[in-house]
Amino acid sequence: MPPCPAEAVPAQRSGAGWGAILTALLIALMLVAPLAALGLRLRDPNLPAGDLATVRFTLLQAAISAGLSAILAVPVARALARRRFPGRGLVISTLGAPFLLPVIVAILGLLAVFGRAGWLNGALGAVGVPPVSIYGLHGVVLAHVFFNLPLATRMLLQGWSAIPAERFRLARSLDLPPAAIFRHLELPMLREVLPGAALVIFTLCLSSFAVALTLGGGPRATTVELAIYQALRFEFDLPAAARLSLIQFALCAAAFALATRIALPAGFGAGFDRTGGPPGPPGLRRIADAALILAACAFLALPIAAVVARGAPGLMELPAPVWSAAGRSVAVALGSAALSTVTALMLALTRARVWPGLAATLPLAASPLVLGTGLFLIVQPFVRPADLALPVTMIVNALLTVPFAYRLLAPEAVRIRQDYGRLMASLDMTARARLRIVLLPRLRPALGFATGLAAALSMGDLGVIALFADRQQATLPLLVQQLMGAYRLQQAAGAALVLVTLSFALFVAFDRWGRHADA
Amino acid sequence: MLTLEGATFRQGDFTLTADWTLERGTRVALIGPSGAGKSTLLQGIGGYIPAATGRVLWDGHDLALLSPGKRPVTMLFQDQNLFPHMSVADNIGLGLSPDLRLSAGDQTAVERSMARTGLDGLAKRRPADLSGGQQGRVALARALLRARPILMLDEPFSALGPGLKAEMLTLVAEVARETSATLLMVTHDPHDARALTPLMSLVANGTAARPEATGMLLDDPPPALRDYLG
Repeated sequence: MPPCPAEAVPAQRSGAGWGAILTALLIALMLVAPLAALGLRLRDPNLPAGDLATVRFTLLQAAISAGLSAILAVPVARALARRRFPGRGLVISTLGAPFLLPVIVAILGLLAVFGRAGWLNGALGAVGVPPVSIYGLHGVVLAHVFFNLPLATRMLLQGWSAIPAERFRLARSLDLPPAAIFRHLELPMLREVLPGAALVIFTLCLSSFAVALTLGGGPRATTVELAIYQALRFEFDLPAAARLSLIQFALCAAAFALATRIALPAGFGAGFDRTGGPPGPPGLRRIADAALILAACAFLALPIAAVVARGAPGLMELPAPVWSAAGRSVAVALGSAALSTVTALMLALTRARVWPGLAATLPLAASPLVLGTGLFLIVQPFVRPADLALPVTMIVNALLTVPFAYRLLAPEAVRIRQDYGRLMASLDMTARARLRIVLLPRLRPALGFATGLAAALSMGDLGVIALFADRQQATLPLLVQQLMGAYRLQQAAGAALVLVTLSFALFVAFDRWGRHADA
Repeated sequence: MLTLEGATFRQGDFTLTADWTLERGTRVALIGPSGAGKSTLLQGIGGYIPAATGRVLWDGHDLALLSPGKRPVTMLFQDQNLFPHMSVADNIGLGLSPDLRLSAGDQTAVERSMARTGLDGLAKRRPADLSGGQQGRVALARALLRARPILMLDEPFSALGPGLKAEMLTLVAEVARETSATLLMVTHDPHDARALTPLMSLVANGTAARPEATGMLLDDPPPALRDYLG
């Protein structure tokens, strides 16, 4: 007979239901109100030629970045999947780090390696080759690949580990050559996982702002997100900003709608410690795999090493504004992480799955600058936007991290209900007791991870804050960008070092707290 | 007195019917092939599945409107009887206070039930640190504290070896006697029924038969039981 499904337990009416409905409505309001404000500002429905060029560039850079990251990830992930070496686990978990790395820090590092006076041009100059420039389309793509190659690699690795080890054993017992194994076992998996991976990266790159701001720019390398910022901050052309925001929303919403039709691979989380994997062929292929892994590690590690090398010496002499900006950033990150986790938790704890899931993922259809511009238009008649820079940044960051937090919490909550729903019901626990002594303690690891993720993402965010803040409210990422713009590169690197340390410290602190849960 | 008044329980397209009564303090084994509905019956009495037709009564009171925790029932499930993040003492304490706000008197009661079930010195341990037998004892210590009039076992000891299982069933009988509980237990083993339960109900072909004397049934089994016993 079928096992007793948890849902068969008579549902207990509780206040959590209303809280979740209210939360979902608030999320919807936070998305709809800015869009309405943008719509009301729209004057001329015709698109100027400049907008079309911007849209074209946005799509082009996102497509190239996604394609390149996904394709380059295939050999790297394959090498990692079929080789076992000391430090492999560390390499794989470090591949998750760029997701948390503040964009501006990575850009500073990429400039130090690939920039005009960087290590690469230094080496090229030594052998008489003229310097290459990092600015423009290829610079934007380079930065996007830096961020998304690791993400794609992790998604593909998960695909590889999902191939049953028995299949590889069978292949080995039949003495299939690597090419045949690739064709029969790995290619079908790639056909399934690669499109989803590329789509995730494409979506992320669609709303690229900080990269375009620092490495792009000009009429030929401006993303829509950057154009919104320029229209608002430099030209104070509110109708143009509204028009561009609605274009950007249409792009993101289309990508979001497409994504809901494709099964998206998971990029973070555990589950790479499986034995098995494809057999590692010996000889030259072994050396090639090692070279690939080393090259990928160097590509990811060198820019960070450059920031450390340049920033560490001046760390003690950083100007006072760096520290006050750091304080503001930590405060915003903590507030936003708390808000994000509580929101996601409210939705994850309801018994209903469809509408809470929709409410929690809807923010993926928006972008920071679209929401920021909408909120700017709403508050601007009443207050000086700069006065609200920090609260607005906090709320928008919270909203944009809710989808990640929900995806971490909801499956755990379902599993707890499945495992312990009957026991909780049989003991006559009230909703409050269930929450306090079962759900929260058992959710603690996921809560820690989700809060750490949200805090680190918010800490490194350079989006809404650039739209709203003046010098008095600058957060640390904005300050780094300002120092870069003023060519105070050493100070910028020092501040970046503080930023990246704080971001990861926040993540590690929350994650540790979660893991210290009992049993 | 437990009364199943033409009660039917549905799970998917499977239906189980029972129509009999059980005096307070009696002990009955449910025996029958896998998938015949032994667990379904326990879940129906426990309130995890509503009665599709008929009624489930305790001392003449219809239980239909009571949620599982409010019914006069303690049930030991096949698995997940303990919360892995709580100590042994807390897992037992839930039997007295489902929100774990235990008074000094409650704590003494917890200690006494631990001593009674052979769990001395294990109060601070987590379930993962215990053996399978000890985990069963924790669940029984909690049943002892809850002292509900009906105790139901859905094969909680099926993962234990024969010796340990017999030991646990002896403890079950003691707990049932000390709490004057009516015992219903699912079993696959006629020896368990002979040793522990004077009554036995054959669950087969969508019906839980009226309980009869275990010895008589086993000595002269009807066709369906003979098929099952082989």
